[in-house]
Amino acid sequence: MNSMKKLFSVPFICFILCGTIVPMGVIAYYGLTDREGLFTLKNIMEIATVDHAKALGMSLLLSFLATTICLILAFPLGLILKDSKLGKKGFMVFLFILPMWMNFVLRTMAWQVLLEKNGILGGLGIINTPTAVVLGMVYDYLPFMVLPIYNALVKIDNSVIEAAYDLGADYKRVLFKIIVPLSVPGIVSGITMVFVPSLTTFAISNMLGGGKVNLIGNIIEQEFTASANWNLGSGLSLVMMIFIVISMALIEKFDRNGEGNMI
Amino acid sequence: MALIELINLSKSYDGEKVLDEFDLSIKENEFITLLGPSGCGKTTTLRILGGFTKPDTGRVLFQGEDITQLSPNKRQINTVFQKYALFPHMNIAENIAFGMKISGKTQSYINDKIKYALKLVNLSGFEKRSVDSLSGGQQQRIAIARAIVNEPRVLLLDEPLGALDLKLRQEMQYELIRLKNELGITFLYVTHDQEEALTMSDKVVVMNKGYIQQMGTPEQIYNEPENAFVADFIGDSNIVDGIMMEDRVVKIFDHIFPCIDEGFGKKKPVDVVIRPEDIIIGKVGEGIMDGEITSNVFIGVHHEMCIEAGGFEWVAQNTKSYPVGTKVSIDVLPENIQIMNKPQSEDEEAISLEEVLGEENIGEDNE
Repeated sequence: MNSMKKLFSVPFICFILCGTIVPMGVIAYYGLTDREGLFTLKNIMEIATVDHAKALGMSLLLSFLATTICLILAFPLGLILKDSKLGKKGFMVFLFILPMWMNFVLRTMAWQVLLEKNGILGGLGIINTPTAVVLGMVYDYLPFMVLPIYNALVKIDNSVIEAAYDLGADYKRVLFKIIVPLSVPGIVSGITMVFVPSLTTFAISNMLGGGKVNLIGNIIEQEFTASANWNLGSGLSLVMMIFIVISMALIEKFDRNGEGNMI
Repeated sequence: MALIELINLSKSYDGEKVLDEFDLSIKENEFITLLGPSGCGKTTTLRILGGFTKPDTGRVLFQGEDITQLSPNKRQINTVFQKYALFPHMNIAENIAFGMKISGKTQSYINDKIKYALKLVNLSGFEKRSVDSLSGGQQQRIAIARAIVNEPRVLLLDEPLGALDLKLRQEMQYELIRLKNELGITFLYVTHDQEEALTMSDKVVVMNKGYIQQMGTPEQIYNEPENAFVADFIGDSNIVDGIMMEDRVVKIFDHIFPCIDEGFGKKKPVDVVIRPEDIIIGKVGEGIMDGEITSNVFIGVHHEMCIEAGGFEWVAQNTKSYPVGTKVSIDVLPENIQIMNKPQSEDEEAISLEEVLGEENIGEDNE
């Protein structure tokens, strides 16, 4: 039995080794060395330059906005879905997930065409602005917010909600004291799944920002491609990874302390 | 005056009637139990009273005031749910405090009340515990504590002991009776467990197919079932066809049994109910009918035996064991024979409350 289990774990150990540990090591190596292969912290410190810091700040701001908008859209939707009939429920969820089956680049390109100067929504004049980038992020990542929140909400036992009404709570209280706290796990995974890809994206900002909205993802991409400076690209990637870890830790903390009064 | 009156309640789900012109009145401080098989409408009745379900027709009066459309949070009624429904993200003290915080009680009042309620349900010192760390029985008692601290006029209990094991269930039954006596709250209890109903209630309402079958004290329900459904549902019984020869004489399988019932007329077919523990087993020839033991199972206090006699398999309970194959006789004391009119039609099998009260012309109402 035990040797069987060990055998089963071989592919995963291989995956972790080749897919996580080795690449991480390579990035860390490049990030902490210069072109001659000598140890340096210069690549890391590069984040402090005005351009890079600005890009990182912009990334944090836009992904925060996109995550917030997704949350505001997804939560009420989850509430509506929770109370609808079973068949209708599945169909609605299906409708929201449907765009996810289309290629991500294609979806973003569609917005590019729509928002272009001569596009149907060209009149809005938001192409190549941060607004367009946020719109793209929300459109691309909304399903990742809807699904976990919906799952958390349908899992809440209706008798718990009825019990709250029974004890004298009005709808507002039921919502903020019972439903929201009990769906925190879903909210947290939704935030994670929207915030992280938004923070690291370069495709959306490339297509909808038109080179005018520079996110940290774009800068890293350029270091690897245009400038062929792998060391700097890796160094910045390491910094971004640290930011993601910090954000996740903050959200986790929020999760644990926030029970009962998250909003 | 009745504390609660349910008047003419009807409710259908997807075209299926679960409650049909249902009437019930509940007095203050009564422990009243709705008893019946699943789907008989008992839980629907409870949910209508709690405000979670709106009846299609009919009214709910609370102290004479119509509360049919009132939302659950505005009612002086609290519910203990079947699945406990404790708030999993709060500790025990927060769970109990939930209702009191809403009604704006002071913190010191709330703390005192939590202490008092936990003591009442024998869980003192559990304030800081999490819901997950409690057993089913403990969670159930917290659910009760959470409801009673709000000092409701009526406590609704929806099969609260269903998920507990036998021993715990029995303990909780006594606990509930004690609580009811200490608190002076009206209890409306829903269960499909007849033993639970008989043990705890002041009044039992036996329901089937959305109608009240019989209403009365546990003794009345057990000893004088009014129809075959009640007799069958409450306890084990032998329900056999009989012919009422004249007053105080019933013929069962061509044997004459003396009984104490009168007024059924002559040569009238009736249903006869005899409880297994009322069958007296004797030596061949000593009783009214002779038969043979066909099975014998020890079920705790007594042996449950099947006796083949007169072409019917009688269930009998006795502390004395008779081996399978033994020839025996059966006798029944006259007062232990319960005679019931045969239902005239399917509809009448589910008699409504009016009929229980003695009105005659209900047949039309059911059409």
